Amino acid sequence: MATAVETLAPPATQSGIWSWITTIDHKRIGALYAITGFIFFLVGGVEALLIRAQLAVPNGDVIDPELFNQLFGVHALTMIFLAVMPMGAGFFNYMIPLMIGARDVAFPRLNALSYWIFLGGALLLTSSFIFGGAPDAGWFAYAPLTSEQFSPGRNMDFYVLGILMLGVSSMAAALNFAVTIINMRAPGMSLLRMPVFVWMTLIISALLILALPPLTVALLQLLFDRHYETSFLSPGGGGDPLLWQHLFWVFGHPEVYILILPAMGIVSETLPVFSRKPLFGYSAIVFSGMAIAFLGWAVWSHHMYTTGLGPVQKSIFAGTTMTIGVPTGIKIFNWLATMYGGSIRFTTSMYFAVAFIALFTIGGISGVMHASPPIDTQQQDTYWIVAHIHYVLVGGALMGIFSGIYYWFPKMTGRFLGEGLGQVHFWLMFIGINLTFFPMHFLGTAGMPRRIYTYDSGMGWDFWNMVATIGALVIGVSLLVFIANFFRAMGQKPTAPNNPWDAATLEWATTSPPPEHDFDLIPIVRGRDPLWFDRDHGHAPAAAPDSAVHIHLPPPSYYPMMMAVGVLLLAVGPMTHLVLTAFGAVVIAYSVWGWALEPTD
Amino acid sequence: MLIVRRPVRRLLVALLPLLALAAAACSDPMTTTDPQSDFADTVHGVYQIVTILAAIVFVAVLALTLILAIVFHERPGRRAQQFHGNSKLEVVWTIIPVAIVTVIAIPTFRAIADTTDPAPDDAITIAVTGHQWWFEFEYEGTGLVTANEIHIPAGRATSFLLRSDDVIHSFWVPQLAGKVDLIPGHENELWFTPHENAARPEPYLGQCAEFCGLSHANMRFRVYVDTPQNFSAWIEAQQASRIAPANEATAAGETLFLSSSCVGCHTVKGTAAAGSIGPDLSHIGSRSTIASGIMDNDRESLIRWISNPDREKPGVVLMPAFESQMTQEQIASIADYLLSLQ
Ligand code: HEC
Ligand SMILES: [Cu+2]
Ligand SMILES: [Cu+2]
Repeated sequence: MATAVETLAPPATQSGIWSWITTIDHKRIGALYAITGFIFFLVGGVEALLIRAQLAVPNGDVIDPELFNQLFGVHALTMIFLAVMPMGAGFFNYMIPLMIGARDVAFPRLNALSYWIFLGGALLLTSSFIFGGAPDAGWFAYAPLTSEQFSPGRNMDFYVLGILMLGVSSMAAALNFAVTIINMRAPGMSLLRMPVFVWMTLIISALLILALPPLTVALLQLLFDRHYETSFLSPGGGGDPLLWQHLFWVFGHPEVYILILPAMGIVSETLPVFSRKPLFGYSAIVFSGMAIAFLGWAVWSHHMYTTGLGPVQKSIFAGTTMTIGVPTGIKIFNWLATMYGGSIRFTTSMYFAVAFIALFTIGGISGVMHASPPIDTQQQDTYWIVAHIHYVLVGGALMGIFSGIYYWFPKMTGRFLGEGLGQVHFWLMFIGINLTFFPMHFLGTAGMPRRIYTYDSGMGWDFWNMVATIGALVIGVSLLVFIANFFRAMGQKPTAPNNPWDAATLEWATTSPPPEHDFDLIPIVRGRDPLWFDRDHGHAPAAAPDSAVHIHLPPPSYYPMMMAVGVLLLAVGPMTHLVLTAFGAVVIAYSVWGWALEPTD
Repeated sequence: MLIVRRPVRRLLVALLPLLALAAAACSDPMTTTDPQSDFADTVHGVYQIVTILAAIVFVAVLALTLILAIVFHERPGRRAQQFHGNSKLEVVWTIIPVAIVTVIAIPTFRAIADTTDPAPDDAITIAVTGHQWWFEFEYEGTGLVTANEIHIPAGRATSFLLRSDDVIHSFWVPQLAGKVDLIPGHENELWFTPHENAARPEPYLGQCAEFCGLSHANMRFRVYVDTPQNFSAWIEAQQASRIAPANEATAAGETLFLSSSCVGCHTVKGTAAAGSIGPDLSHIGSRSTIASGIMDNDRESLIRWISNPDREKPGVVLMPAFESQMTQEQIASIADYLLSLQ
């Protein structure tokens, strides 16, 4: 073939490091996302432990203030962008094509590109610790503290450029999944027969596509303010620091749903399976998910109640924010009703799912509390808010993710995570979370501001800080148990049958782990919960005609990874030398060329 | 302080919101639940309503979760009932959150209106300027400028005009009012009236609540609520210019102070010191703390501070360390002088 001359021939082997670097198989990319996400989760955890060590006692001096101020911001960035989002992406990648009965995502190479750009951005951001200092203005990086004048080091450049890269990655992934879900469902899977997890992924994709542009705009403004003499955000040159806050939170609030909706999707799968009955109020759960996502656009200023908004603005944003409590409440009741009348198998996955309901509810309640602007003037920027976000993101998102890990592990590896160790992991984590984060409500009520590296004794903060630090250690231990469980499981023979939990969705209709092409025969969907529908109506599983005749899987490719290297160079340029940016552009251009002409058979 | 002794966790979980109230009420200096002004009262009123509702929802949902988990645990012979929903129930639990949210929204809107109406005409006005990392206060119409510690009268409104010279800070004295940000290029206003009986010798503690850089944790301040008489006396004393040195030691200190670079940054009224980069030191001796509330105002602290401010408060770059330019005796003599500026 003529074009083969210009492009690199895809690697022939199916194993070894190059097979992973060039893979475009959604399952392998999913595994890469999940493992990378988990490693960064541990990094973020170590950051958290250092923070807790410093704050365990008043006037602590475990770490110096410079490092502390880097750690609390980077801890947030790591957990949000490098751990929870990618672990969610791991599930999307692995599960969505299987759950909708497809053989891959719509754009497999784009999918690989998303991962490699994500990895580049993650490494760029984290490498800041080695190269002269990590971002030190908190994860929301309020202007004008981030300007060249007040942050002359490279710290904030790592923030801007790292997050820009992560944004490119997320945008590509979101478009990919939206197209995949809309176009590639198995015959018979109408929208309202889609598993809730697929629905949540679709909603998240929409949120990402809409939320990333304002963030990108804000980051570019900051980049130009810092390096090219503009003054979008500095009052000196006619700009306004509040512009950053608006743009950031127009992204930042939907981002919260981007983090929590995967977990909501996961427990909407696991709760019914382990209760052995269908999800209660499927449509209500789907539509309340949409309502949450929609309302999520109209609430961003609740992060800005103390910036001097007028009474009308405050009232409107309070109203919209409280309204989100309604669809959230509906979801919680529907999950509880799913358990009602069931015959519940308390597997580890189910423990995590039930704990998700309880802990997420706590985060939801505290959220409705500071939705009220007057109350928020006392809680904003205190440990109360820290308690709130951690109940939502650890008690919520993370519990959901672990429910998913224990649930899908046999599908992904053919092996089971041990139930005994799983229970130990669960209980330690559950206790640890409450020990760490519940006392933070008391600290906030006692007036402890967040982001302080030191405090005096005599403020009434000593006792609960110590408790919180002990709790954080317990969470740390629980993760060691999980890691042990993981390696124990991986050392065993794969014995998992296709559908060990008697679950209802299509991913359980293929082998564990699935073949490279996912399904030998593309299934036909006859109802919601397709496997249960067939089981209860005595149908044999049906397959789309001809689906085994031509199985087309594109070959692996070097170009996604190569293009990601180009993007990394592009990003490193502004803080080193623009020559690198130019070089990056060349690499990208070459990759696009090769990508476009690469044979795909 | 409450200490959790017995592992009755489930019971405890249900009681935690009450514990929160109890824990915070025990006179912590920055507690948000012991309001001492009209503003703080308004906020606390909403807070109490919402907290009670929150506690009810918390207990109800957690109890329900627990009960369902226990009652519907699998056991031999149990079969899961297969149903997909129930419209009536779903309507009910749409209405429940709507009702709760409404009950929260009404007092919220009322409190928003109450806390944003304009300050009364007889209010004292104090312009607050945030600096990395200290607060500057200027009493309008009196020429009185001070830093990190202010006095206000009980029973009369004080209005704060909040500005910033550099980055965003936030003005927060929990017992007196919710926080409002100091934003460069903007001016925010906050006013409140401390209770008649809020006057006391101990200060109300405040702290910057918006992350503002390296020493954000060290940006604290104090508000003294005085009886009206004490307040007038304080204002009068603070308006006095140049306090003549009472003895030779302080006279030497003054000479030294006025002949060193201090004057370029600090003001002492009635002397050649008229700098405006650092805090006004005209009556520094009357303050109980220095360096935005992180050190007691005594001879020893002043010496440490002047010797090397950055060591005491990380990131202070504006004020140089004088330990290399002056002897410890000279610094001590300046400290004595500063303490005499009552
Ligand atoms: C280049 C400017 C500069 C010079 C010179 C300077 N200072 Fe300062 N000084 C400051 C700044 C700025 C602060 C506030 C620092 C903070 O609290 O974060 C300060 C704070 C102080 C304070 C604490 C005030 C308070 O109420 O908290 C004292 C006391 C003080 N300076 C004394 C001196 C003396 C004495 C000298 C001369 C020997 C001196 N300063 C020279 C800028 C300066
Ligand atoms: Cu928000
Ligand atoms: Cu601050």
